[in-house]
Amino acid sequence: MSQQPADNQLWRRIAIAVPYLWLLVFFLAPFAIILKISLADPIIAQPPFTPAFDEQGRLSASADSFAFLLTDKLYAITYIRSLIMAAAATILCLVLGFPMAYGIARSAPTTRSLLLLLIVLPFWISFLLRVYAWMGLMNNYGVINNLLMWLGLIDQPIQLMYTDFAIFIGLAYSYLPFMILPLYASLERMDLDLVEAAQDLGASRTRAFWDITWPLARPGVIAGCLLVFIPAMGEYVIPYLLGGSESLLIGRVLFDEFFVNRDWPLASAVAIVLLLLLVVPIVFLQRNQAKDQEHTA
Amino acid sequence: MNQNSRFIVSILAFGYAFLYIPLVLVVVYSFNDSRIATVWGGFSTRWYGELMRNEQILDAAFLSLRVALTSATIATLLGTMAGLVLARFGRFKGRTLFSGMITSPMVMPEVITGLSLLLLFVTLQQFTGWPGQRGFSTITIAHTTFSMAYVAVIVQSRLLAMDESLEEAAMDLGGRPLRVVFDITLPLIAPAMIAGWLLAFTLSLDDLVIASFVSGPGSSTLPMYIFSKVKLGVSPDINALATLIIVAVSLGVLIAWLATRRAARQVRH
Repeated sequence: MSQQPADNQLWRRIAIAVPYLWLLVFFLAPFAIILKISLADPIIAQPPFTPAFDEQGRLSASADSFAFLLTDKLYAITYIRSLIMAAAATILCLVLGFPMAYGIARSAPTTRSLLLLLIVLPFWISFLLRVYAWMGLMNNYGVINNLLMWLGLIDQPIQLMYTDFAIFIGLAYSYLPFMILPLYASLERMDLDLVEAAQDLGASRTRAFWDITWPLARPGVIAGCLLVFIPAMGEYVIPYLLGGSESLLIGRVLFDEFFVNRDWPLASAVAIVLLLLLVVPIVFLQRNQAKDQEHTA
Repeated sequence: MNQNSRFIVSILAFGYAFLYIPLVLVVVYSFNDSRIATVWGGFSTRWYGELMRNEQILDAAFLSLRVALTSATIATLLGTMAGLVLARFGRFKGRTLFSGMITSPMVMPEVITGLSLLLLFVTLQQFTGWPGQRGFSTITIAHTTFSMAYVAVIVQSRLLAMDESLEEAAMDLGGRPLRVVFDITLPLIAPAMIAGWLLAFTLSLDDLVIASFVSGPGSSTLPMYIFSKVKLGVSPDINALATLIIVAVSLGVLIAWLATRRAARQVRH
């Protein structure tokens, strides 16, 4: 029995060390490498960037990629466009997702589990194929245009595919479940008697909503918005398949700099700037989750 | 008070229509005889036949399955450890960094994760010679890294919802910590581990962007193959493939749902 604490300590250390090391090597270290390569110059070689130390062993670092990124207006515009797109999709998800989550949380238990299942189901179906489904819908001769023409609302197909609108719908469609699930989780915990009590005491329905439902749902709103906004910022597949060649978003620019132009330092610099833009929302999300967890526990 | 207003009911109807109509249309059009995918040319199952004869698809699907099985299993092992550490080990040095590294991969844009892992593999190869070829092993490592985060979060929230008294009782009765973990904790979190494994498995099957970065020439996963085809527009055999996936997933989820509902009923009686 005397060896038990030591034994315990050893296992405790192993349980911490194994996942910790894995994440240090395969998640954290790569960011240091991105930073290093973003400070190199592109060359035609394998791999296509200058080494961190030249032949004399001197440290060689250049901020050329960052300078280029900051001076060429195209990049600034692309970052801002991505920001606006992701924000717009987040708002649409919230406006549609909040009443849906509310309705699911308020339905009878058996219906509720079925409704929830139908929200989760698309998660298990390929993301790529769900985006692809919209290609057939929004085509010039696709279902939406055919339907509108058949109804006599339009005489000629309207251009839906390869527009910003298509990207916006695609983002909202793909990320809607990420909004609904955290909203549902916080709305389901809510005590409905509070709303009723407020109304009994003479509060209007709107007043009761803003004073009671909304504050209680806030952790879910924050989590849902960030879970949609952060990945949508760097989205590649949706702008590629649904957007036009000139509707550039930053995820696609990064991909093309890397694979098409083979400019690894510039692609790395694009990633670093994107990461800096996302650090604030990511930290915010983590603090929100931690607070929420303390609350439950 | 289980009443939803008419407004809520119509939003729900609209929301579910928004989520499901595109999928239903893919299924319908997969039985379209016409080569031009948007024009209806009569009912046919010929695209399913072509799918089965397409060796590139079968190879890609086989690689995807191997990667998904391996990465989901490793991710479940690592993620369970991480979840256990976060829920039960209290404070330790570096805990903040640890929990940060668990949550970040879940929201990190895929282009960043993909690029960073590829650059890691390239650097490793420069200095150690490994990995000589990018393919199965590099994709598996990449998928393990982001899916272990999901497993960790599922296991952690299950542990937090569960009360610690069973484990404490076992310890008080003289159980060694490791035995308590294997005899009490693991059986209790087994459902969370299974859910985590399934999620890791689907996330791996689903991933396009990260796999595109870390795979080498000649090794395409199924999403990579699909993407290379749909880049050129709507294609009827992809409709057929999508239908097979949609039907398989829906059946699996429906059966799981009915099974849990039955189990829940039996508990109540």
